Amino acid sequence: MTTLTSPYAPPIQPSRWKLIRGYLRRNKSLLAGLLILLFLILFTLTGLFIVEPKHAFPLSVRTKQPPGLLDFGIENWPGKLPLGSDFFGRDMYAAMVRGMWQTALIGVLSGAAGTLIGVVLGFTSAYFGGLFDTIIKGICQILTPIPVFMIQIIIASSLDKRDVTIFTMAGIVVMLAWMAPTLVIRSQVLSMKERQFVSVAKLSGVGNGGIIFGEIMPNLLPFIAAAFVSQVFNGVFSSFYLAIVGLGPLREPLLGNIIWAAQSQGAFFNGWWWWPILPAFAMVLILSSLALINMGMDELANPRIRKTE
Amino acid sequence: MRIRLILRRISFLIMVIWAASTITFFIPRLSDRNPIRERFAELARTGGFSASDLETIVASYNKKFGLDKPLLEQYTDYIGSIAQLDLGVSLNRFPKTVLEIVMESLPWTIALLFVSSILSFIIGNLLGAIAAWPKSPSWMRSIATPFVLFMGVPPVLLAIFLLFLLAFKLKLFPLGQAYSTGIAPDWTISFLLNVMWHQMLPAISLILGSVGGWVLSMRGMGVTIQGEDYVNFAEHKGLQGGVIFRDYYLRNAMLPQVTGFALALGSIITSGAVVEGLYALPGLGSKLSQAISSNDFLVIYGIVLFITMSVATLMVLVEFLYPLLDPRIKTD
Repeated sequence: MTTLTSPYAPPIQPSRWKLIRGYLRRNKSLLAGLLILLFLILFTLTGLFIVEPKHAFPLSVRTKQPPGLLDFGIENWPGKLPLGSDFFGRDMYAAMVRGMWQTALIGVLSGAAGTLIGVVLGFTSAYFGGLFDTIIKGICQILTPIPVFMIQIIIASSLDKRDVTIFTMAGIVVMLAWMAPTLVIRSQVLSMKERQFVSVAKLSGVGNGGIIFGEIMPNLLPFIAAAFVSQVFNGVFSSFYLAIVGLGPLREPLLGNIIWAAQSQGAFFNGWWWWPILPAFAMVLILSSLALINMGMDELANPRIRKTE
Repeated sequence: MRIRLILRRISFLIMVIWAASTITFFIPRLSDRNPIRERFAELARTGGFSASDLETIVASYNKKFGLDKPLLEQYTDYIGSIAQLDLGVSLNRFPKTVLEIVMESLPWTIALLFVSSILSFIIGNLLGAIAAWPKSPSWMRSIATPFVLFMGVPPVLLAIFLLFLLAFKLKLFPLGQAYSTGIAPDWTISFLLNVMWHQMLPAISLILGSVGGWVLSMRGMGVTIQGEDYVNFAEHKGLQGGVIFRDYYLRNAMLPQVTGFALALGSIITSGAVVEGLYALPGLGSKLSQAISSNDFLVIYGIVLFITMSVATLMVLVEFLYPLLDPRIKTD
């Protein structure tokens, strides 16, 4: 048997790394989001090594110290409190590191759980259809006009505040956040199961499991990834809102909790501006990095709006 | 046909309100927290009466509010009272009903949210349409960009930065409250100006936080409309740019935006409530966060239910508005 050789030189396949770099150069928002995220991760990770963990809690350092980073006096530099301390005697740097770490945890936990529920529900209801589909779609439609935050307030306020941990926060957020990913995945599966490659697979005798995991799932991955990022955004956002109205785990220095505490102690009236501003700034970075990644993922998942070079 | 559509939307609205009130009824009862016991335990701690009287008081209050009846009966009573817009009473300011509290704070919330959301809708859509319109000058297109950057930032965070920059550093605006302390509310010009001066920062933060979303969606919509045949036709007819922009382009791109507005109502009210709490304005949001911090559960549930019901109702109303804007729907 002779092998056929192509008269053309085989196209040079650029390395994977180069492809990723080229893609990131085109998809600027994904790049920017990832860079901010990298900075935040570095800040948190180095912080976790540097700070004294118990300084994140009240009565551990001198109270109401302005950030040492701004104080260029020799005796204060390098100050022991680079980001200052609050009214309760928490080291702001330690509190922020812990708060950001927990915010990330809530985001990832609720994002993963919400996406999982969404994928399972959306998939089964779209693929098998029938009564189950009608019920799931009906529930999603009825719950959609209800402002999720309001129901979260009810749930969070019926819990005993002393029992609330960051895991309960994630749970509260997930309980009302699965509708959006369910509807997204459902509509994708609905359109995908009518495509030709699924019909071909069906006619070739591939079973339900093979079609779901072998044919539809791989094509669905970009949508699942995009849904995951937007769920993480949602989780961070909702838990921040809950914390800022005073429904967070009161013992933990969650970023929203710090702002709530600062506001209820009249931080601006008293001139302790760094107390609410620092966590607010961190939150802006977190949310905008997630929003940028989300926009970039949209482009990845939806080739129609993808830019070409 | 039309009647059937209206009936269907109204029955959907009733379903939504029923679902919301069922959730607000059952979730608190799933937890072992008893609002009345907690309230009186707090009073007993601060020294109103001896702790041994606590059980008697709780029992009598349970009886008064019907909390000793079986759950199903409580539920039907509750749904019946919701249907009559009876949202219960405040635990902390007892004879006062939740509806009274809602009604006295509602005008503040409506004024702030109405002005800021309408302004942000108009500004955002105009900027988005200009950004997508190929004939608009480039400096006008670039105005939209900074607003898009604020998109991921919730209004509360913008509010904190505005407080810091404009109120704390530059002292241009007050640090909170609805009007300066020491003046009595009346309908004089100076008082109204004072109120507006206090409402500026909350309104700006709400507008800045939401304009970006409108810009983005309008720009996306505008780009798809550019290639449409009727726009090309209007150009070839020799119509002036302004007329095409207003009647052929903006008008058609606006339609999905109105639906978007209806869908955004929930988040508008949510961020409005949180921003109000931050600035200590006398609106629904502040009442809600006061109720949360003082454990006034019945007020929390009542305000939440009221907000939910109004959002759902407004959504359906906007949907009824839709045929007025889009004549094609009417003829179908």
